[in-house]
Amino acid sequence: MSAIITATNLVKQYPGVLAVDGINLSIPKGICFGLLGPNGAGKTTTIEILEGINLPTSGTVLYKGETLGVRYREEVGIQFQHTALQDFLTVRETLKFFERLYQQTMQVSEIIELCSLSDILGRDTRKLSGGQRQRLLLALALINDPELIFLDEPTTGLDPQARRNFWDLVKLVKSRNKTIVLTTHYMEEAYALCDEIAIMDKGRIVSRGTPTQLLTEHFGDVVLQIPNTDAGRKLGELGINAIETGEYMEIRTSHLHQTLQQLIEHNINLDQLRIRAWTLEDLFINVTGKKAAP
Amino acid sequence: MKKFLAVLHARNMEFLRDRSALAWNLAMPFLLVFGLAFTFSGGNKDIYKIGVFGGMDRMLVVAPKLQSTQHLEFIPYDDLNKGIEKVKHHQMDMFIDVSGAPKYWVNSTSPNGYLLERIVWGTEGNQFARQAVEGAEIRYVDWFLPGILGMNMMFACLFGVGFVIVRYRKNGFLKRLKATPLGAFQFLFAQLISRLLLVMVITTIVYTGCNFFIKFNMQGSYWALLLVNTLGAMSLISIGMLIASRTASEEFAGGILNVMTWPMMLLSGSWFSLEGAATWVKNVAQLFPLTHMISATRAIMNEGATLSQIMPDVWILAAMSIIILGIGAYIFKWE
Repeated sequence: MSAIITATNLVKQYPGVLAVDGINLSIPKGICFGLLGPNGAGKTTTIEILEGINLPTSGTVLYKGETLGVRYREEVGIQFQHTALQDFLTVRETLKFFERLYQQTMQVSEIIELCSLSDILGRDTRKLSGGQRQRLLLALALINDPELIFLDEPTTGLDPQARRNFWDLVKLVKSRNKTIVLTTHYMEEAYALCDEIAIMDKGRIVSRGTPTQLLTEHFGDVVLQIPNTDAGRKLGELGINAIETGEYMEIRTSHLHQTLQQLIEHNINLDQLRIRAWTLEDLFINVTGKKAAP
Repeated sequence: MKKFLAVLHARNMEFLRDRSALAWNLAMPFLLVFGLAFTFSGGNKDIYKIGVFGGMDRMLVVAPKLQSTQHLEFIPYDDLNKGIEKVKHHQMDMFIDVSGAPKYWVNSTSPNGYLLERIVWGTEGNQFARQAVEGAEIRYVDWFLPGILGMNMMFACLFGVGFVIVRYRKNGFLKRLKATPLGAFQFLFAQLISRLLLVMVITTIVYTGCNFFIKFNMQGSYWALLLVNTLGAMSLISIGMLIASRTASEEFAGGILNVMTWPMMLLSGSWFSLEGAATWVKNVAQLFPLTHMISATRAIMNEGATLSQIMPDVWILAAMSIIILGIGAYIFKWE
C-alpha cells in the first residue's frame, strides 16, 4: 500500500530537551495509525511536525511525495488536544465559519449527520458537553473532506460511554477510506481503532507493528490466574513460579497444556482459574517501563 | 476574500453578542463626555493666553512691563494667521505682533479680551495698534470633544484588538486557525476591519447622541472628519496588533498597552493643549497617531479646515497604518 505521509530522520531539539530523536515513519493510505507513548515521550511534538504546525530541527516530511505546502493545508484535517473556538458562535455558525476557510469541502449537512450534531446545531459552543464538543471538533477536522486526519488524544477527559460513542464515529470515518493518525493514552482505544501502532519513548519509536503482531512478538506466553487462597499459596511450595498480584497468583507460561497438567497433578483447585490475555497496556509497560493512562 | 469575510463575520458576531463588552463600549464615552462637559464648560482658567508673533526676545524689548505681569501666559507663534484664527474662536485671549509696528488682535465679543486690552493700555500705554476680530466662541467642550472621542477610540482600538488576539493565542484558537489555509495577513486584516467598523459605528452613535444634547460646533466637512478618524483608528488598531503579534501573556500585553496609552493620553492633546510645551515634547507627540487624529479633528470641527489643509495629518496616519500593520503581519506568530 502506498504511503500517504512519510517522515525521515525527524529531529526536534528544544533548549535542553531532545523531544524527537531521529524518527522515521511511513504511514500507508487508508489505515488508522496509533502513536502511543508516556507523557513527555515526544508524540505531540512528532504529530505536530507531521501536521506542519511545528517545524523540525532537521529531517523531512513528505505528503504524497511532496513537501508540506498550501495543498497540504487544504487536504488534511486536524483535531488538536486543546482547542478553543470563537466565542459566542453556535455549532452551525462554527461549522459554516470553518467551511468558508477551505476551497473544497463536504456538505455541512453531511457532516452534521455523520457526527450526529443535528440536536445541538443552535447551541453556543461554550455550552457543549465534553462528548458533544469532541464530536464538533472532529466535524471541523472533517469539514474539508480530508484524506489524512490527525486526532491528538481526542477522548481524553470523556466518560466511558462518550469515549465509546467517539470510537464508533472514528470507525465510521475510517470506513470512508480516510487515513487517521491518532495519539492516545488509552491502550484500549488504540486496540479498538488502530491497524498499526508505534510506541514512542524518549523521542524515539521503540516498537512498531499491528497490535496483534506486537503482542505476539513481546509476549509468547499466557497468564494463568488462580485466586490467592490456600490452593494458590501452595504454588510456591510446589516450585511453580507464581507472582502475587492482589487477589490472584499469576503464572506465566508458554506451555499451557503442561502447566495445567502439573496443577491438576498437585490437586490445585482450578474451579476459579482464569486465563488472561496480554494487552497493549502490558506491552506499553513492557517497552517503556511506565503506566499508560495518566 | 471568502476567508477574510468568514473571519470578519465571526469576529463581529462575537463582539455583538458579548453584551457586557458592547454595553461598556457604548456607555463609557457618554459618561465621560457628559461628566467632563458639565465640569469644565465654565472655563475657569486662571491664566490669560497671549500669542506672540515676531519673537519673544523682541517682545521683551517692546513690552517689558506687560511681559512681567503675573498670570499671563505668552505663547510664541510662527504663523500670524493661525494666531488670529485662535483669537477669532476664543481659543486665545489676545494675539500680539511685534515683528513690525506693535499691534494686537482681540475678539470684540470676548470678556477676557476686553480685560486684557485694559491691562495692555495700563502697562504699555497706547503703543499697540488695536485690531478687532469677531467669531463664534469655541466652548471648552467643543475643544475637548475630539480629544475625549479620540481617547476612547484609542482604548477601544488598542485594548480591543490587542487583548482579543492574545486571548486567541493563549486559548489555542490561533493554533486551530493555523491548521487551516487561512493566511496571517487575511486573519489580521479581518480583525482590523472588524474592529474598525465597530469603533466607527460606536463613535458615530456616541457623537450623534452627545450632539443631541450639547450641540457641538462643526465648521468643516463630515467626510473629512470620517476620513481622519478612520485612518486614525486604523493606525491605532495596527499598534494593538503589533503589540499582540507574538505574546501569549495577557499581563505582558496589558503592560505594553499601558506603556503605549499613557504617553499618548498625556501628550496627544486629548486632555490639554501642548501649545506652551517644550519643543521636544511637541516632537515626541508627533510620533503618536492620536496627536494627528485629534489635531486634524479639531481643525475640521472648530476651524472648518478643508481636506487639503489637513492632508499632512492624513498622509501621516495612512503611512503609520500601513507600516505598523505590515510589521505586525510580518512578525505575527499563530502560537
